[in-house]
Amino acid sequence: MVPVDYYIGLSAILFTIGALGVLIRRNSVVIFMSVELMLNAANLVFVAFARTYEAVSGQIFVFFVMTVAAAEVAVGLALIVTIFHTKQSIDVDQMNTMKW
Amino acid sequence: MTTQLILFFSLATLAVGTALGMLFSASAVHATLFLIMNFGIVAVFYLLLNAPFIALAQVTVYAGAIMVLFLFVIMLLGAERTGRTPSSWWLQPVALSLGVILLLEALYLVISQRGLLPVGGEVASTYGDPFSVGETLFRQYVLPFEVTSILLLVAMIGAIVLSKSRT
Repeated sequence: MVPVDYYIGLSAILFTIGALGVLIRRNSVVIFMSVELMLNAANLVFVAFARTYEAVSGQIFVFFVMTVAAAEVAVGLALIVTIFHTKQSIDVDQMNTMKW
Repeated sequence: MTTQLILFFSLATLAVGTALGMLFSASAVHATLFLIMNFGIVAVFYLLLNAPFIALAQVTVYAGAIMVLFLFVIMLLGAERTGRTPSSWWLQPVALSLGVILLLEALYLVISQRGLLPVGGEVASTYGDPFSVGETLFRQYVLPFEVTSILLLVAMIGAIVLSKSRT
């Protein structure tokens, strides 16, 4: 097996790219996808450590993270569609009023 | 060992490249396609780490269902025309420097703990197959599994309430 350090390093790089995506991009759908990338980086470390310690529990947690991501995407995309219908834009810089 | 390292580094380069492609592509559709490629590559990593069930769940749930939902919403809204310039000029440099600091911190932690982490040896051939995953899921983690169903129900109701027209 490739040492687990390499997997942690790769996951750190992917997580940073995801965090940069959240900070830099202004399109809310792309921001959502960056969050998915960060969740995915965390999943990679879960599976790598599960393999290192030979414990299936790590893989089960990846399963739960996937479920939470699916729920989050369903609600988040519904929110984005609703915001688009009111403001005709999904740019996060436009979303600066609490109620329109 | 060497072939494994070559495989790891070529796949890692691809994963980082597709992630950067997602970060810098101007069109939201291209970003989605890059992210789907990234999820596929991570699924190959899961296969290398003896997690075939998780790898296939990754392909079907993430790269399949979730990303199709993203593509659907992007095409429904016509959201690929993106305002790329942020409202404040200082936002981008600050974000970049914060990202570099985060990366350096994480890599410093990894490098400073280099000798302390255990090295994985050979695992049993049954490790990570659907049978063992299912047995752990339905014996040890049966309560979280049931809570997950409530979470999905709440998400479903939330999506329906949010997208329902107000008239």
